[in-house]
Amino acid sequence: MKLATRVRKFPFWSWVWFILGVLYFVLPLLATFEFSLTMERDMIGFKAYQKAFADKDFWSTFGYSIFLAAMTIIVSIILIVPTAYWIRLRLPEARRLVEFITLLPFVIPAIILVFGLIRVYSSPVTIPFTEIPLGQPLTNFKFGTNVLIVGGYMVLGLPYMYRSVDTGMRTVDVRTLTEAAQSLGANWYVVVARVILPNIRTALLSGALLTFAIVVGEVVLASFLGVNTFGPYLFLLGQHRAYEPAALTFTTFLLTWAAMGIIQLITGGQGQASGAH
Amino acid sequence: MTQTALPASRMRTPRSKLRNWIGVIPFFLFAILFIFLPSVRLFIGSFTNEAGQFTFENLVELFSQDYIRNSYLLSIQISAVTALGGGIFGFLLAYSVTVGGLPNSLRSALVTFSGVASNFAGVPLAFAFVATLGRTGFVTVVLKEVFGVSIYDAGFNLYSFLGLSLTYMYFQFPLMVLVMTPALDGLKKEWREAAENLGANTVQYWLRIALPILLPSMLGAMILLFGNAFGAYATAYALTGGRLPIITIQIGAQVRGDVLHNPNLGNAMAMGMVFIMAISLAGYSWLQGKTERWLR
Repeated sequence: MKLATRVRKFPFWSWVWFILGVLYFVLPLLATFEFSLTMERDMIGFKAYQKAFADKDFWSTFGYSIFLAAMTIIVSIILIVPTAYWIRLRLPEARRLVEFITLLPFVIPAIILVFGLIRVYSSPVTIPFTEIPLGQPLTNFKFGTNVLIVGGYMVLGLPYMYRSVDTGMRTVDVRTLTEAAQSLGANWYVVVARVILPNIRTALLSGALLTFAIVVGEVVLASFLGVNTFGPYLFLLGQHRAYEPAALTFTTFLLTWAAMGIIQLITGGQGQASGAH
Repeated sequence: MTQTALPASRMRTPRSKLRNWIGVIPFFLFAILFIFLPSVRLFIGSFTNEAGQFTFENLVELFSQDYIRNSYLLSIQISAVTALGGGIFGFLLAYSVTVGGLPNSLRSALVTFSGVASNFAGVPLAFAFVATLGRTGFVTVVLKEVFGVSIYDAGFNLYSFLGLSLTYMYFQFPLMVLVMTPALDGLKKEWREAAENLGANTVQYWLRIALPILLPSMLGAMILLFGNAFGAYATAYALTGGRLPIITIQIGAQVRGDVLHNPNLGNAMAMGMVFIMAISLAGYSWLQGKTERWLR
């Protein structure tokens, strides 16, 4: 073979696609940023950001979103880590069934999920298979809706969280770790909380950040369940303001960027994709 | 007496096997409360009439009422168009950073950015596109003042099928990049060398070797994109305010207030969506199985 064909040509088309891709990525962000800086006539400034961040409702709704994200992450970890661990160690025959369940959220979009949740939980809670009431509908009081929305968010994050945890456990060989810990006299609680959890912390962090990215801007579950989080707030703000929503949109983007950037860093480029918006 | 200090490796008896299932009860309880009960309720509802009796009426109405059928069609069209467009563009991008000869540093930048963009959706995405391609958007104005092209005079409208598709593309093609980059890595150098030694040119190599190997994973990824767009609600609602009646928006209206005056018809609409999503997921996993034969 001739030398000339061995030497790589300048990859012209690759550059064309890449630059087109970069433009598609960057232009909307640039446009939003540029727009958010022009709140005052003939001046570039951060007025829109000042105004947006000065709003009390922004902090209360945003804080509430972060609170819900934290609850979702904590309860997900408490539920999924022992389950994945147990399946690896004691119950491999349940693996296919559980993996199938963790994929179901891909089939049930958020709008359907919230529809079903409202249908089920807007009637009074009864003892199963009877009409004897146990309490009022979950959608009628604050704690009830919080339980529903955290449960719903756990469903949305389930595929990512489960996969992260399961992959993490595959790489650290939980069986050997467990046997070593038990031979040193550790009980189940100590094994899970002090041996397994610290060993899968990168997997947990990446699952948690992905869940965070899903929950913080989420609008479907929140608005239909009537929970005042950041998503519905931003939507309403967009109905009667122009510049502040742009400022918050750009901020949201930076947050998503931070979450994904950290995932990339800690997992060494093995980032995951989420989807279904 | 003998119960105190048993070693970890206990003998496995059938009874302890059954006891093992106790460990997964909390997970199944969660799945029943937040996944199964809501879906079963919608499922049963879609086969029930207002008197509470079993019926196929709701399903028949899905196809006989024009505006429901059209909503499904519109959703399917927009999902198919963005899956195909996002799929092709995403594939070309993934190609350019893997086997396309671009520097490796660009690859990790692209993958990171794709991770961000595929998660950047809903209300913020809609606002970003209004600032970009809206009537006074950045790109609209630049095209008008610098290039003298007025896209709105030419018939473009962000709040239309095309506008929504362009917006969806922002999370569609990055997802394709994320799925296809590892698949393209699976193309072995030896295959190309073997093909060249046997006298194949680049076009022959791609048409006869690389693309047939990649085809299942490309199709599978595009099905994934289809489902991704099909279930989207917030982006469309925030952008068009419900003027483009895709199926998720119709279901949303039904949840807010019984606009159809038949709650069970709403259930049937939801089940129809789940049905289409389930078919696409099944297609995806079937194609995944085909892919793993070659790309490992």
